[in-house]
Amino acid sequence: MAPMNSGALQVNGEVLDVQRTGKYFVMSVTAPGIVERTQPGQFVTVGMGGEASSLILRRAFAIQRVHSRGMYGGTLEFVVSPVGKGTEWLTKLRRHDPLNLVGPLGKPFTLPTKAVSCVLVGGGYGSAPLIMLAESLRDRGCRVDTIIGASTEMKLYGELELKRVSTSLTLTTEDGTAGIQGRTTDALVTILESAQVDVVYACGPMPMLASVAEESTARKVFSQCSVEESMACGIGVCMTCVLPIVGEDGVTRMLRSCVEGPIFRGDRVRWSDIGTIPDGTLGKEVSQP
Amino acid sequence: MTGAVIVYGRSSDHSAKSAVDFTTSVGSLDLIAPILTASGCAASGRELDNYFDITAIGGVVTKSIMLAPRSGRATPRMAETPSGMLNSIGLQGPGVESFIENDLAWLQQRGVKTIVSIAGGSAEEFGKVAAKLRVAGGFDAIEVNISCPNVEDRGQVFACRADTAAQIVQVVRRNSDNRIPIFAKLSPDVTDIVEIASSVAQAGATGVSVINTLLGMVIDTNSMRPALAGVTGGLSGPAIRPVAVRCIWQIRNALPDLPIIGMGGVRTGHDALEMVLAGANAVSVGTTIFNDPSAPMRIQDELEHELRSRGFTKFSQAVSYAHREVDRTLQIDTPTDAADHTDEVWDFISE
Repeated sequence: MAPMNSGALQVNGEVLDVQRTGKYFVMSVTAPGIVERTQPGQFVTVGMGGEASSLILRRAFAIQRVHSRGMYGGTLEFVVSPVGKGTEWLTKLRRHDPLNLVGPLGKPFTLPTKAVSCVLVGGGYGSAPLIMLAESLRDRGCRVDTIIGASTEMKLYGELELKRVSTSLTLTTEDGTAGIQGRTTDALVTILESAQVDVVYACGPMPMLASVAEESTARKVFSQCSVEESMACGIGVCMTCVLPIVGEDGVTRMLRSCVEGPIFRGDRVRWSDIGTIPDGTLGKEVSQP
Repeated sequence: MTGAVIVYGRSSDHSAKSAVDFTTSVGSLDLIAPILTASGCAASGRELDNYFDITAIGGVVTKSIMLAPRSGRATPRMAETPSGMLNSIGLQGPGVESFIENDLAWLQQRGVKTIVSIAGGSAEEFGKVAAKLRVAGGFDAIEVNISCPNVEDRGQVFACRADTAAQIVQVVRRNSDNRIPIFAKLSPDVTDIVEIASSVAQAGATGVSVINTLLGMVIDTNSMRPALAGVTGGLSGPAIRPVAVRCIWQIRNALPDLPIIGMGGVRTGHDALEMVLAGANAVSVGTTIFNDPSAPMRIQDELEHELRSRGFTKFSQAVSYAHREVDRTLQIDTPTDAADHTDEVWDFISE
């Protein structure tokens, strides 16, 4: 009975750089101790607004990449989409501003033990954690075909980085402003139909993940999806980020995406039932009062 | 406590830098320190042991456990609010048998002072959970979460009426070992919290845990629908702290000897001190853990500093201190600088 997330640390880091790219901001922060332990697919949570903040919940961000050496010791990068008060505050921070970080959190992507053929699918800034993943897969000699997509060009993320570490890179936009007009899953189906694929890795919006899992499973291809659920704590104590997941015993349980995820096997998630307690879930009350 | 007399004396065996005696007793529950985790905010302590030594705080109050495994409510289960949050988890949990086998076993092996929070949809269920725990043993107290819907009464929560609250406490008392302290966790959503506190005390509760969340609601202005799948949820966090302080004050004022575990929005040692001064014999830290996983330990350290800087040498001296009668002749009501009070000791004699 190892403690959950053993190895996670709470540290006071410091902002090194905030770079705008399209609709997003890349934050580089010092995170001594966290960096050395991070594996692809894990995330950090960040305290919002300083000590006197009225925003009491931390925000979770997938780790894009870590640098364990250099003049600042360990640094890590994550991508922020400013959509609310907390994320807007974060993107306005400047070099040397303090930041409270907890991580690395969650289960990482499962990596193949052999040099297999992989397809990586990223939607919006969900492509960020795929950078570190692609590097690890290439180190293992894997073929890495990457697809990134968004509704429009300004919301694409990671093109240059992923081009460098992937065997091939395909871009899609729904409005046709960059790459192929269409969705990432259209490009995924093309690859699945034409080549031998052993595993699909995906990170992005839930509807995209549902399609990736469905198309992969239908062709008996193993998929690993990084889910995005709103979390209050990120460390497994609040029970807000649960999803219906089918276990090896065939029983559906409401599992925490922060500690039992955020990476789940695509064929284990009951995608169309997210936001409900599906019938047959362990502990579902038969009759509601 | 009301009617307390302050004896202003001198002592030669301590200085401002000496550690505060942090031990506290909440009824028959003895704690090495006054800070606990609040139920539902720390699971069963295992996750937090990663961020601080879980055995160094007063103890862990576990997430409310019911008889059978329970899936909880659909998502979204949470919404952030100004200085707080709303939750509607629906008591997701593995059921008491799995809890005993896994969580309680871990807590016991780790040597954690454990207060088990129990819940039920009926008096019968509360009784069964308590009975199973009695057989298992290996814990130090029970907190009865009476803020759950009564399936036999249109889902009205037990905590909102004195008779139903007392009935649950009675059943739990009957099904528990006599030596096990029992705390009833009260809801602030009542007209007269003192009435509820009195009735659970008469029904056999050792003390009360004050307060549970307040019922609240958030509407998502994008979807223009309730933000939570469960529509309403429990409000917690610093936003509710003044309500908690008021409830503790009122109960302490009416029931000078009733053990109280205070909770509700405690974020710092300063906040914890406020509750202690209002009458809490121990303080639970809840939602703040989501913001800062090491908060219970940090708050405990901060509380020690707050006590010392006010000249207290024992935690117990600060309990209910805000209720003392103002003594105008001695002018010792606000010892703000510890250096001025290095040779002073405070004793309180309750009448």
